[in-house]
Amino acid sequence: MRLPGFFGVHASPSPRMRWVLALAPFVLLVAVYLTASHFRLKDNPDDKILPSVGQMVDAVDRLAFTRDERSGEFVMLQDTLSSLQRLTIGIGLSAVVGLLLGMNMALFPGMGITLIAMVTFISIIPPLAILPIIFISFGVDELAKVMLIFLGTFPLITRDIYGSVKAMPQEQLTKALTLGARELQLVYRVVLPQVMPRLIETVRLSLGGGWLFLIAAEAIASIDGLGYRIFLVRRYLAMDVIIPYVLWITFLGFFFDWSLRQILQRRYRWYQG
Amino acid sequence: MSAANDKSTAPRLHIENVYKRYGGRTVLDNIDLSVTKGELCIVVGPSGCGKSTLLRIVVGQEQTSAGDVMIDGEPVALPDASRGIVYQKYSLYPHLTALENVLLGKILEYPFYRRRSAIEAHRDEAMELLTRARIAEHAGKYPNELSGGMQQRVAIAQTLIKRPRIVLMDEPFGALDAGVREDMQVLLLELWEAYGMTVFFVTHDLEEAVYLGTRVLVLSQYYTDDRGPAAGPARGAKIVADHALPRRAMPTVAKSAPEFTELVMQIRHEGFDPAYLRHVRDFNLEHPDAFQTLTPEEDGHAVSGAESSSPSSPGRETSAPSPPGRNASSPSPPGRGLG
Repeated sequence: MRLPGFFGVHASPSPRMRWVLALAPFVLLVAVYLTASHFRLKDNPDDKILPSVGQMVDAVDRLAFTRDERSGEFVMLQDTLSSLQRLTIGIGLSAVVGLLLGMNMALFPGMGITLIAMVTFISIIPPLAILPIIFISFGVDELAKVMLIFLGTFPLITRDIYGSVKAMPQEQLTKALTLGARELQLVYRVVLPQVMPRLIETVRLSLGGGWLFLIAAEAIASIDGLGYRIFLVRRYLAMDVIIPYVLWITFLGFFFDWSLRQILQRRYRWYQG
Repeated sequence: MSAANDKSTAPRLHIENVYKRYGGRTVLDNIDLSVTKGELCIVVGPSGCGKSTLLRIVVGQEQTSAGDVMIDGEPVALPDASRGIVYQKYSLYPHLTALENVLLGKILEYPFYRRRSAIEAHRDEAMELLTRARIAEHAGKYPNELSGGMQQRVAIAQTLIKRPRIVLMDEPFGALDAGVREDMQVLLLELWEAYGMTVFFVTHDLEEAVYLGTRVLVLSQYYTDDRGPAAGPARGAKIVADHALPRRAMPTVAKSAPEFTELVMQIRHEGFDPAYLRHVRDFNLEHPDAFQTLTPEEDGHAVSGAESSSPSSPGRETSAPSPPGRNASSPSPPGRGLG
């Protein structure tokens, strides 16, 4: 029996059909935009809300491939490097702290009972609500931005690692002890290598929140960065800059996610799920 | 306790007056057990009787509510390398290959930065164990790439590399297909002979028990004692029968021999029949290592006066010294064909 190509629960689209279907919404979105942009610009060539592709290319050329007149730097490159530095330090710190805390809390009941309520409490505080406190406590420089990303992401990483180590069968821990493992060996040589892929998974999910906190922090107090730029040019309704920046951020996010997934698949062949 | 404390003559595993209670419920009720080196000791019992609890107590994963566990005369509590264990599942680490799983016990003897040299130094030993377990050709695979039977072969090799004084097995073949299970039983007997292992093996499969064991313990909550029916749920399982089996080289077809099936049926009767309640004095403890220390409440007659049918042995009371405990205190029937 031939299965339908699109309709019904038994649909089984051909490989080419899959590509067509997946691309269709994107093509549609671009088409709608271009049409709307075309008609708006026909009415008023100075309209800034829906810039044409040409205008966006000009803006990217100006920001990415021409040195800035005042600073002598490539603005978009500088923005990207600043933002990525904050994001990687913040998320990296979260990953390390979350891993160590979560693992030790799960394996040492004394530590777990002492800290789990606190970590849960912190994880429920909306990080943006304490943004003023962070800026007041840590100044308006790099530290505050990194702290916002860290505080926003580490509780969830900790709780996730805690949960997955707790879910490890007790048999595995007993087994390691019968193979002569001491307590610290159990933590760092039996459990740690097993939760590494889980950590990568959690970091992948936390990156979304990481970007959110990064851009929020840059929007409020910064002198460079992708979020700073978007909120700076917003004053001039410079959609020709904002749209390429948003696409660039999306691409970077996708790239990190893809890279982490590659690491998972190559280095952790045994890991499923 | 002199016998238990003297290292040269101490039994490999010695458990005396062990209780395990969860809240108000007693699971294990005054367990006395002594296992000699080299024994392949099987524990059977109805589901929920606490046989896995007993095993977890021996390995140290759970602690007794009262009473001690001794290995070679030394009290043990938390898990360590003196006792190896093979579980029904989760014995292997998913992030290590079969070879690395076997090597783990050796790798952990080295600092983390010398992992490579640990692997080099013990690779041959590990490969030999894998060869013995007939799984060497899959040494480089991860557990999720191995079938259940293959995983258990690796798990046994993994345990043996530490040369534990006793190997505990918790229904290790319970999840395997019948054919694979028989292969594994034969393999276990081979390894048991080759390495002179002492094995403490829990199963719910009576045929497996009688086929493998040199000794079969029946743990059951179906018995009576002088605490009366009021003791009801507060009463936990005891070892109600203790069979010595001759160790003969048996092909698996022996499972259909009449004396084999007869013993299986007898054990089913002794331990698995809720309507068949023997008194604690009359348990069928025929194995020479069997002993029983009853409390006065359990054995009212021993306190009130001697009874001819139950010669009160020194091991009768909790406080009594135990070396004599070697003899079965019950007048055990001579033949095991008796019901």
